[in-house]
Amino acid sequence: MTSVSVRDLSLNFGAITVLDRLNLDINHGEFLVLLGSSGCGKSTLLNCIAGLLDVSEGQIFIKDRNVTWEEPKDRGIGMVFQSYALYPQMSVEKNLSFGLRVAKVPQAEIDKRVARAAEILQIQPLLKRKPAELSGGQRQRVAIGRALVRDVDVFLFDEPLSNLDAKLRSELRVEIKRLHQSLKNTMIYVTHDQIEALTLADRIAVMKSGVIQQLADPMTIYNAPENLFVAGFIGSPSMNFFRGEVAAKDGRSVVQVDGVAFDVTAYPARAKLQPGQKVVLGFRPEHVKVDETGAGDAAHQAVVDIEEPMGADNLLWLTFAGQSMSVRIAGQRRYKPGSAVRLSFDMGVASIFDAASENRL
Amino acid sequence: MLNLVANNSTVTEHEAVPDRITSGPRGAKPRRTLSRRNIVVYGTLIVVALYYLLPLYVMIMTSLKGMPEIRVGNIFAPPVEITFEPWVKAWAQACTGLNCDGLSRGFWNSVRITVPSTIISIAVASINGYALANWRFKGADLFFTILIVGAFIPYQVMIYPIVIVLREMGVYGTLTGLIIVHTIFGMPILTLLFRNYFAGLPEELFKAARVDGAGFWTIYFKIMLPMSLPIFVVAMILQVTGIWNDFLFGVVFTRPEYYPMTVQLNNIVNSVQGVKEYNVNMAATLLTGLVPLTIYFISGRLFVRGIAAGAVKG
Amino acid sequence: MTGQTRGSARPNQWLRNLNAKIASIPMILTAVVIFLGGTAWTVLYSFTNSKLLPRLSFVGLDQYERLWAAPRWLVSIENLAIYGLLSLIFSLVIGFVLAALMDQKIRFENTFRTIMLYPFALSFIVTGLVWQWLLNPQYGIQSIVRSLGWTSFNFDPLYNSDIVIYGILIAALWQGTGLVMCLMLAGLRGIDEDIWKAARVDGIPMWKTYVLVIIPMMRGVFITTLVIIASGIVKVYDLVVAQTSGGPGIASEVPAKYVYDYMFQAQNLGQGFAASTMMLVTVAIIIVPWAYLEFGGGRKRA
Repeated sequence: MTSVSVRDLSLNFGAITVLDRLNLDINHGEFLVLLGSSGCGKSTLLNCIAGLLDVSEGQIFIKDRNVTWEEPKDRGIGMVFQSYALYPQMSVEKNLSFGLRVAKVPQAEIDKRVARAAEILQIQPLLKRKPAELSGGQRQRVAIGRALVRDVDVFLFDEPLSNLDAKLRSELRVEIKRLHQSLKNTMIYVTHDQIEALTLADRIAVMKSGVIQQLADPMTIYNAPENLFVAGFIGSPSMNFFRGEVAAKDGRSVVQVDGVAFDVTAYPARAKLQPGQKVVLGFRPEHVKVDETGAGDAAHQAVVDIEEPMGADNLLWLTFAGQSMSVRIAGQRRYKPGSAVRLSFDMGVASIFDAASENRL
Repeated sequence: MLNLVANNSTVTEHEAVPDRITSGPRGAKPRRTLSRRNIVVYGTLIVVALYYLLPLYVMIMTSLKGMPEIRVGNIFAPPVEITFEPWVKAWAQACTGLNCDGLSRGFWNSVRITVPSTIISIAVASINGYALANWRFKGADLFFTILIVGAFIPYQVMIYPIVIVLREMGVYGTLTGLIIVHTIFGMPILTLLFRNYFAGLPEELFKAARVDGAGFWTIYFKIMLPMSLPIFVVAMILQVTGIWNDFLFGVVFTRPEYYPMTVQLNNIVNSVQGVKEYNVNMAATLLTGLVPLTIYFISGRLFVRGIAAGAVKG
Repeated sequence: MTGQTRGSARPNQWLRNLNAKIASIPMILTAVVIFLGGTAWTVLYSFTNSKLLPRLSFVGLDQYERLWAAPRWLVSIENLAIYGLLSLIFSLVIGFVLAALMDQKIRFENTFRTIMLYPFALSFIVTGLVWQWLLNPQYGIQSIVRSLGWTSFNFDPLYNSDIVIYGILIAALWQGTGLVMCLMLAGLRGIDEDIWKAARVDGIPMWKTYVLVIIPMMRGVFITTLVIIASGIVKVYDLVVAQTSGGPGIASEVPAKYVYDYMFQAQNLGQGFAASTMMLVTVAIIIVPWAYLEFGGGRKRA
């Protein structure tokens, strides 16, 4: 059952097209993350769903009801903002109840809902305080509470954790996930942080220039990116790319890159790779093996430039096939700059893209 | 060559080492309070400050002297015999033409003009600014641009058409008419002030209120107003001083019985009849300047903010 | 799910945002009726021979010809030019020097600023009357200096038609330089501290840093201040009325006073309209290049 549905949505500001005929169906109870760099249209899309921006074309349905022209308050949504957007002159309690008071909900009902939200978020001791007296984490909890008291089916989050420091961010991330598991609401969550996206989402929509590049579950996005943009955007350090050309050699399929031949016979291609085809070969840093060549793997020589030990793992920057690449190995394995290493590649988890269309092959 | 220099420097370095430890500058650099720079800076500023204070000083001294003393003494000398007679006379007896009831009438007229004009102009402009900042509709920016450009048009160009409009409305020459005029000419700068202030508030706050179901007026009164006290104070200072000090509109748009204090002051001092009573004139001038001066000295920093914004009014 | 709308009708374009539109009615009326309409009306009627009441009988450029033939108008324009040019130069120079002095991390900065700015809180009428008294030749500065022994000392600007405009200038500078100082000081405070540190490390003397680095960086502040002073100059009226009433004779007349007198005293509306239109043209000459630099062609440099 769809909870939120976006049909052929377009938005123009004058001559500038921000969203271009966008379609998106979000299931009931799903946690969907809109991921992209700034200016990709993800927040714009969220504001359109909330009714805070008027769309130029297309329709928006929430719970099978066409809400394209409805006011935000009538859409059955709650929203949490990056800057918390708490009303500074009101106490936490008044902040939580403002919407209900505007809607003239009976006082008993207001008290009940505020108490419930405060309990879920464990902010009962803060109810009488003003926002200025709260820490960043507490403020964001109140902001979530404000969405909670509205008793709605769809929660919209606009980069809710971006203003918090790293430690609080990971704490609240877990809390939001827990909240989703207990409430089972539909949640649409905008972020530019791929860790948040990968950890929270049931599905991620990766956006660029107002277009959804790929909509899939986190593991698919990470392991089988649909195009070169998604592959490069997700993962840190990003995927290593090699431009080359497909050739047939001894009945096996290889990609020739600057004098190095990658055997890609084991790659699960969607369509057979054609000799002469220009392609981009992609390996994630942790999918390259260093000095642990098994039987049958072809080994390649490379030289270590720089080593970045990070504790749990160790990042090596190598020169290979005429360019720089990164490889992630276990933290206790150390290499000095200048060491020669042997690399081998696991084609089962590699990605190959067409050089012209940049789509996955 | 290079080598030689390097050698030399090592030698001096060696010899200098013991010296450096025992003698030479150490600790805080000594500062002389009476450095040449300080004398120039403070000297200039004090002279300038005296120049700025001089007229105020002379005004006060003159207003406390009797006329005989003014005729023989110099204007900088403090009064030999302090008298408050000129103040009483300026307030209650000074003449403008046939009326001899002093500045008090002008004072109360100014109060009756300033209070409603300030309140109405701020109310109108703050709502305008709020609509412009948060509820932009098609064409709003065009009207706003005309308004701001209009702030630079000399008043003289628009005065007569306004006279006609007010006459048609039947309020020409009344306090109501003057209040409308002050609201109109206060609008560009105040609208700009409020628009910029509201636009500077986090937009997400406005969005959150809309999701909470609040409309135009609810957001204005419940969310924006309580957050905007400082800017209202700035606007108030701006308007009270501006309207109190106005002369042109008072002269053009009111009848003599409603003349504000500035107009009456000018009429008292520059009336050609009778003997010039300089002490009464200065007392009257001080009385007229008292309201804005009081606001200025009380509000301090906010006043600076207000005029920095108001300066655009030109 | 169907493409039909349910529950809500497409809001009428005119009714959307209705409250905001209602709230903006005063602004729209002011902008369109008073500012646009009023200006157009005055310009239109400046081509008529309106006397006591506005009449639409056109006489072409007659009013302008008479205006530019009137000695009083020519004196007004000459006064405005002298007063304007000098008050621009002196306000900017004095204002900047004072701001630079105030920016030397001095003590009692607030006291100094309070003293320099208080005249700005006073009306032009009060300012004019105070300086009328100070410049009174019988009791004021002239008599003081003479009583000190310099008996031939002559300083009576308000009674000498050759220099009366300088007497007004002194009062205007006293009233307005504090504001210029404040604007300049704000500009100086807006300049990155690191610029000063870099100049000090490079060993550039302070005055050179001001002239070569700081002033060019304050271009925006200077232009804004210039526009503020300039549009105030064109409107100068109250000060003259209070200080000299245009005298002696017509020696200190200014355009704004010319307009008022012809509109409301001489009952020669056409002359008043023509003179006020000339004031509008003057302001346009100042504002249009500025607006162009600020918002139009100047963009490339930013």
